Amino acid sequence: MTETLIAALFVFVLASFTGFEVINKVPPTLHTPLMSGSNAISGIAVVGALVASGAREWNLSVILGLIAVILATINVVGGFLVTDRMLQMFKKKEIKA
Amino acid sequence: MSDFLPTGIQLTYLVAASLFIIGLKQLGSPATARGGNTLAAVGMLLAIVATMLDQQVLNYEMILIGLAIGSVIGAIAAYKVQMTEMPQMVGLLNGLGGAASALVAVAEFWRLLGTSQPIPLESNISILLDVFIGGVTFTGSMVAFAKLQGLISGSPITFPLQQAVNALLLVSLIGGSGYLLIDPNSLPVFLAVVTASLILGVLFVIPIGGGDMPVVISLLNSLSGIAAAAAGFVVMNNMLIISGALVGASGLILTQIMCKAMNRSLISVLFTSFGKAAVAGGASGGTTDKSVRSIDPEEGAMMLGYARSVVIVPGYGMAVAQAQHSIRELADQLERMGVDVKYAIHPVAGRMPGHMNVLLAEANVPYEQLHDMDDINPQFDQTDVALVIGANDVVNPSARHDTASPIYGMPILEVDRAKQTIVIKRGMSTGFAGVDNDLFYKAKTTMLFGGAKDMVAKLVAEVKQL
Repeated sequence: MTETLIAALFVFVLASFTGFEVINKVPPTLHTPLMSGSNAISGIAVVGALVASGAREWNLSVILGLIAVILATINVVGGFLVTDRMLQMFKKKEIKA
Repeated sequence: MSDFLPTGIQLTYLVAASLFIIGLKQLGSPATARGGNTLAAVGMLLAIVATMLDQQVLNYEMILIGLAIGSVIGAIAAYKVQMTEMPQMVGLLNGLGGAASALVAVAEFWRLLGTSQPIPLESNISILLDVFIGGVTFTGSMVAFAKLQGLISGSPITFPLQQAVNALLLVSLIGGSGYLLIDPNSLPVFLAVVTASLILGVLFVIPIGGGDMPVVISLLNSLSGIAAAAAGFVVMNNMLIISGALVGASGLILTQIMCKAMNRSLISVLFTSFGKAAVAGGASGGTTDKSVRSIDPEEGAMMLGYARSVVIVPGYGMAVAQAQHSIRELADQLERMGVDVKYAIHPVAGRMPGHMNVLLAEANVPYEQLHDMDDINPQFDQTDVALVIGANDVVNPSARHDTASPIYGMPILEVDRAKQTIVIKRGMSTGFAGVDNDLFYKAKTTMLFGGAKDMVAKLVAEVKQL
């Protein structure tokens, strides 16, 4: 177990550095879409929620998991769609210009 | 949870994580942003489908119903929301993500409690971290949402001994967590930790005022990512850890940019409410014998119409009044008369990073006309008229020279260097920082008192008659 924890820590730290590198120097125009887009990605908690609510029998864990599934799905779907809506507006303008 | 998921699922996660990274990369450039968002969405879909194939996941009907409910609500919200309401929307979604992460931890705790085996230390630490970060993200975002939506007052809410109460809560939270690490099976203590986290989230955001919201929203965004990563540690899932870390990092970068744009440290944004500090600074200003020059829309239209170059400076007031479409109309009209029109956008104008850009994009303002602070400031010297609409602190010249001012040192848009400045404003009230604005009293400044949308519409009508 400890070994998997250490491995997970490695993954976490490396992914954080990747994030810093990838997102550096984003123009201000894209700050809001970047935020709502990354916000949608944080809805990845839905995967954890799916695992938590996966059991067949009914108990509190499954119920909490299912609530988490609903909340995280709102986050994911709402986040990606609203980001797309915003970026669509940027696009329209570029063609015109 | 420690047993490995089948290789296929793991490989799908790897693909999904790569799609997230590429997607985020592409979100950073205007030409590829939309595709990047789509890539990330595809990654998410892959991750969800792969997880559904997991042998532990058997409860298909209920899960599909849950996914369907969430999708419908999310889609409706995404299409209904007004662009001026984006900060609230992001705040709300953030909160839901944080809540989902925290719920995963609570569910896992409950499951482990039911196995009648002692809860392993590592799981326990992850669960506590997830509950704490997820809980704070949830209630903090909800308070931010309520403030932005106007459900509660947007100004800092403080009460006596606030810091002491916070400290006490934090200490009891740490104490409770420590207790749980030794005796993991105590449900009451666990519930107390959950409750303390939720209360702490509320107390953390209520003393922060509206103008500091860009920082808070960015920080909460970062926290929602870290919460997801913590949930990844709880269920030992690399997919969650990677995505959470990516979002955490991106949120932190934005937080940093916002703090820099206000010349304030994150600590000062979080722990000293701006409005309060400002009272002392404002009082010493001595504003008695200054006069302002007020004009009517007709005069304003003449100044604008016969100018060679006009720089429009939008602020939160424009967003509140939803004046972006009228402004576009005014700019079009002026351009038809041969006036060179540009927009100057301060990084913290509005209530979230990039808020003004989104609103102006909605009104079809060409991208090339938007200029950020470093770009436009040297150009104010050659500008005939700077038109300030609903912005205040970000154009306050005291930030440049008045060391006593609470906003001293904050980079501003130097509209006072323009030959003329017109300020559209409801009245003489101070901005978010609570500081009197010297700009309004300058000889070159004229005030157009009225609501932003109404005033701009009148200007459009008057300019047409020139």
